[in-house]
Amino acid sequence: MERRKRRESISNSNLLFLISLVIFVAMYTVGFFRFPTSFRNLQTFVDFFNNNAPLIILTCGMSVVMIGGGIDISVGGVTGLVTMCCAVFLNGRAGSVAGSIFLALGIGLAFGALQGFLVSYLHIQPFIITLAGMFLANGLLTVIHKDPINAALPAFLKLREADIKIQWLGTVNRLGNFIPLRISYCMIIALVVVTVIAVLMKWSRFGRNLYATGGNSQSALMLGINVKRTKFFSYVLCGLLSGVAGYVFIMQTGAGNVGNASGFEMKAIASSIIGGTLLTGGVGNMIGSPIGALSLLVINEIIRSAGINSNYQAIISGLLLCVFIVLQSLVVWIRGKGSPTLPPWLQFKRDSR
Amino acid sequence: MPEPTKRKFRLSSFPLFLPLVVLLLLVAVNIVSGGFGYFAIELRNGVIYGPIPSVLYGAAELVIITIGMSLVNASSRGQDISVGVIGAVTSAVFAMVLREYLARSPGSAVSWGVVLAAFFISCLTGALLGAFNGTLVSVFKVQPMVATLILFTAGRSLAFLIDGKVSPNLQYPIIKQIGFSLPGIPIQTPILITIACIILFAVVFKLTNLKLYSQAVGINEEAARLNGINPVAVKLTSFIILGVCCSIAGFIAVSKSGRHDSVNILKFIELDAILAVALGGNALGGGKFSVKGAVIGAYTIEILNQTLLRLKVGGEAIKLMKALFIIILMVLASPVVQAYLTKLFTRRTAEETIVPTKEVL
Repeated sequence: MERRKRRESISNSNLLFLISLVIFVAMYTVGFFRFPTSFRNLQTFVDFFNNNAPLIILTCGMSVVMIGGGIDISVGGVTGLVTMCCAVFLNGRAGSVAGSIFLALGIGLAFGALQGFLVSYLHIQPFIITLAGMFLANGLLTVIHKDPINAALPAFLKLREADIKIQWLGTVNRLGNFIPLRISYCMIIALVVVTVIAVLMKWSRFGRNLYATGGNSQSALMLGINVKRTKFFSYVLCGLLSGVAGYVFIMQTGAGNVGNASGFEMKAIASSIIGGTLLTGGVGNMIGSPIGALSLLVINEIIRSAGINSNYQAIISGLLLCVFIVLQSLVVWIRGKGSPTLPPWLQFKRDSR
Repeated sequence: MPEPTKRKFRLSSFPLFLPLVVLLLLVAVNIVSGGFGYFAIELRNGVIYGPIPSVLYGAAELVIITIGMSLVNASSRGQDISVGVIGAVTSAVFAMVLREYLARSPGSAVSWGVVLAAFFISCLTGALLGAFNGTLVSVFKVQPMVATLILFTAGRSLAFLIDGKVSPNLQYPIIKQIGFSLPGIPIQTPILITIACIILFAVVFKLTNLKLYSQAVGINEEAARLNGINPVAVKLTSFIILGVCCSIAGFIAVSKSGRHDSVNILKFIELDAILAVALGGNALGGGKFSVKGAVIGAYTIEILNQTLLRLKVGGEAIKLMKALFIIILMVLASPVVQAYLTKLFTRRTAEETIVPTKEVL
């Protein structure tokens, strides 16, 4: 009994999650000893969250969709669109912080609902429709405003500047002054989102339905789960989170720009995959996704600290993605090894948890 | 009632219906907006110019990539989103070989032999990159779009590293001849290369089992395997062919612009290629495909691009319209809508035939 339990836990995607955790810890340790000036600060660690909150939020949304067996590559585009719309709105005469928050969430929801409807109720391949959604968002973004635009509403600036300083934690800078640890609202929003989504996926009915749907939609249907509605809401949730990410992005940068959040969809997908979400759906860990994102970010930070050409960041990200995709394939292969009738490569045994 | 069941409304049963209708529509729009000057062809410096030749010239890369894409789409039931990036990497290799040659043997000019050798090496690179994607898709069973995402992420940086971070200039006479026109031939060289590619693929599809096998694997992989077709080999071959197509496209693109810009070369061509395949009446879920339709689709998209430019629609709005266009197309082609339309049409015909019997009852 004990042995069987262990085998189950290792053949699950927890293996991938563990690998990604090991990579994260190993990389951070490398950074810790190789570049002590930056990595030994607690602020550096906190800054991973402070500066990359949008990516972490997007990764959560992406994981939700991927657990449901779909994919959404429009998230980066929607995030960019939200930043631009908010910036234009905040600079307009009717600009207000509350209104801009509603605008951001509304745009995200609209994209999520549209794509979710097309994918789940009309059975269109998620990849194509969200690719079109990405271009739609990009196109809308540039039609709305072409040049970089700074949001200059005083209330918004106040919100941007706001942060929490922890006096008893902090670092001494080169001049010998003590600087308290700075935690921005972006980080808090990201952590709240991660917690909420993790709870939602673990304990709510929607979360369990989604795992079942992604694992095997046919048997989920047999169990009486409304597969279409579950998928639809996974896209809506992802869209909503891209809206949140967009707002967090503009809280960080304070400007709407054409190039905002471009390429985030690839980073989010890579983070989800590295964090142990299986591409075939039904398997994933909501704690793994942020860790996947952090692994990528730490590697990028090390590359940056080492002063290597920044082009290697993309190349190494791609390489890491490749390794994890191959690993996933091997995990799926090991899981399907049980039945003797088919040759190993043709087995796609998708069992839900 | 012998007839009603046959009258099903299906786009897939008229593969060339959709692209031709859209093509004619666009030509009509052009004629309405600009008169019959649209068909004008003039000879400038011994080379033909005009709206239609410019469409043929501009669509060269897209058509070549679309041919490979339709093959991959058919066999692996997914699309390759790294086509533009593969083109960027292979053309970077092409530029690098030329530059290396010139650096090694100073004073010598670029000759046809060198260009051909560089082209051959770039094709080899393309085949390798295609094999990389193909291995992930066929052996490791990764969804094609996710597998190609790897190159999509890393590729342009790779190209940037290969071409030495300097966007090298390739203003050599021979490259100019390839990008524009050969002396004494009134048709631009890219058009000739495109025609050669189309003929080559037509012959290959006619003479070999490639098309049949790809369709078989795309329709039902397991059934194809039981019939003695090796799905892994077929998928791998289709990806390698796509890789070579991309390198030809990259070669044309770099010759046209005369310099290698790894950020902007063949940018966003993947969406155009997918759109062209879909527009050509091919199901994006794999299976049966028509290369004719895909090629017409590619030309249609180029006409769409140029028409929108002619109507002074900004480059960004073009992207927007294309996205809307692809969404509408996918909605029309989706199984649910298809089934609904079929029901609508058959019901109508059924009512026509049933009505008298109802009256009798």
